[in-house]
Amino acid sequence: MQPDSLWHVVGFTVGVCAFSTLLILPPGVLLGLLLARGRFPGRALLETILSLPLVLPPVATGLVLLRQTGPNGWFGAWFEHTTGLEIAFTWRAVVVATGVMAFPLLLRSARVAFQEVPPRLEPVARTLGASEWRVFFTVTLPLARRGLVSGIVLAFARALGEFGATILVAGNIPGKTTTLSLAIYQAVQTGDDAMASRLIMVSAALAFAALWASDALQKQRHPL
Amino acid sequence: MKIRVTELQVPLGASSLAVTYEFTQPITAVFGASGAGKTAFLEVLAGVRRPSAGRIELDGWVVFDAATRVDVPSRRRGLGYVPQDLALFPHRSVRDNLHYARPSPAPADLAFVDHVVAVLEIGALLDRMPARLSGGEKQRVALGRALLARPRLLLLDEPLASLDASLRERTLALLGRVHQEFGMPMLYVTHDPQEVVTLCHDVVVFEAGRVARHGPPAALFERTSTPVWQLRSQASG
Repeated sequence: MQPDSLWHVVGFTVGVCAFSTLLILPPGVLLGLLLARGRFPGRALLETILSLPLVLPPVATGLVLLRQTGPNGWFGAWFEHTTGLEIAFTWRAVVVATGVMAFPLLLRSARVAFQEVPPRLEPVARTLGASEWRVFFTVTLPLARRGLVSGIVLAFARALGEFGATILVAGNIPGKTTTLSLAIYQAVQTGDDAMASRLIMVSAALAFAALWASDALQKQRHPL
Repeated sequence: MKIRVTELQVPLGASSLAVTYEFTQPITAVFGASGAGKTAFLEVLAGVRRPSAGRIELDGWVVFDAATRVDVPSRRRGLGYVPQDLALFPHRSVRDNLHYARPSPAPADLAFVDHVVAVLEIGALLDRMPARLSGGEKQRVALGRALLARPRLLLLDEPLASLDASLRERTLALLGRVHQEFGMPMLYVTHDPQEVVTLCHDVVVFEAGRVARHGPPAALFERTSTPVWQLRSQASG
């Protein structure tokens, strides 16, 4: 791998991971709210199913995703029929793999963030004439903001480090699907220790920045 | 303002609340010991808690009727609810808390805002955050926020509970002034007979989720040898 391709890999990884984090944000927030506030049968089961990628071997998740996003999988076939584009072994597969693997972290952070909003405030806002939307955007969301931002950062950091699911669904195609983790693996396999060290340092710097941002946001007080 | 509550049933864990009563006086106290169901009753009126049965009318307007499945949402009931913990929005300044019900007030509303701010003496607090307020200041801001929604009735849940003795006296006088200035009827939850006798025209005594007695405060309470009020032993109503 050439040094200039290192920055291509970094840019590709950060861009794809940012995009996948953005994609999982709406369902993560909505399902987090549902799990925090909803009282319905099967709630615990739903959370367990949605959290499976957190505990399953990433390769197992990757295999399931490959079967679903391939040309014969229901999602892959539907996507290709609708858009004319393939998913498996393209950058879109990297988005799917990193998004699915990062989703549970975002979901759990969102659920906790919504549970920590003082329960009295929303009913009182309603008595002041606020609609459900206004209550959500003026009371619930601002008070859950810190936890949500922290969850977004953690999900992004998890996506950056994704390897097992990505290599199965997207392969390791230089210039097309190679992420930082895959590039480190490739550098080690080809005996390019110097490149592996450089990639590890970049990965460590990105992970450090993400975790530092998360910690800083956790400690940040409300402007009370 | 007339509130008619008919055969209201509210499950409260192991016990329940069962109330039939017509509130007609300008300021009515809902009096009783802790656990008597006073707060739950106020929450039901505000639309924050759902009863299992019964009917609630506000000046003839049915806001809840289990039989016909009428349940007007709390945002449409027009009742100013001030819970015991006040529930000020911690991320919004006093000004933004006050303007929550009317974020874009019409020119006519601005005069009303000024009037409320002046009566409650909270003009100097407008740019502060709720965490920077004392207990009495928070109480006045919560009252102002409810008033600025222009409710038809104020529901106050133990508004003096967290205040010290001197502040209780001042706030009690302020509530009387709010009632006079704005002609605002109030339902006032308390377990302090002194507050009932000083402020209220009618008192409804709750015991174990039931209306045990009711009537004018002076008829229900008597002053003991020490300057303390207690319920007369003879029940009325």
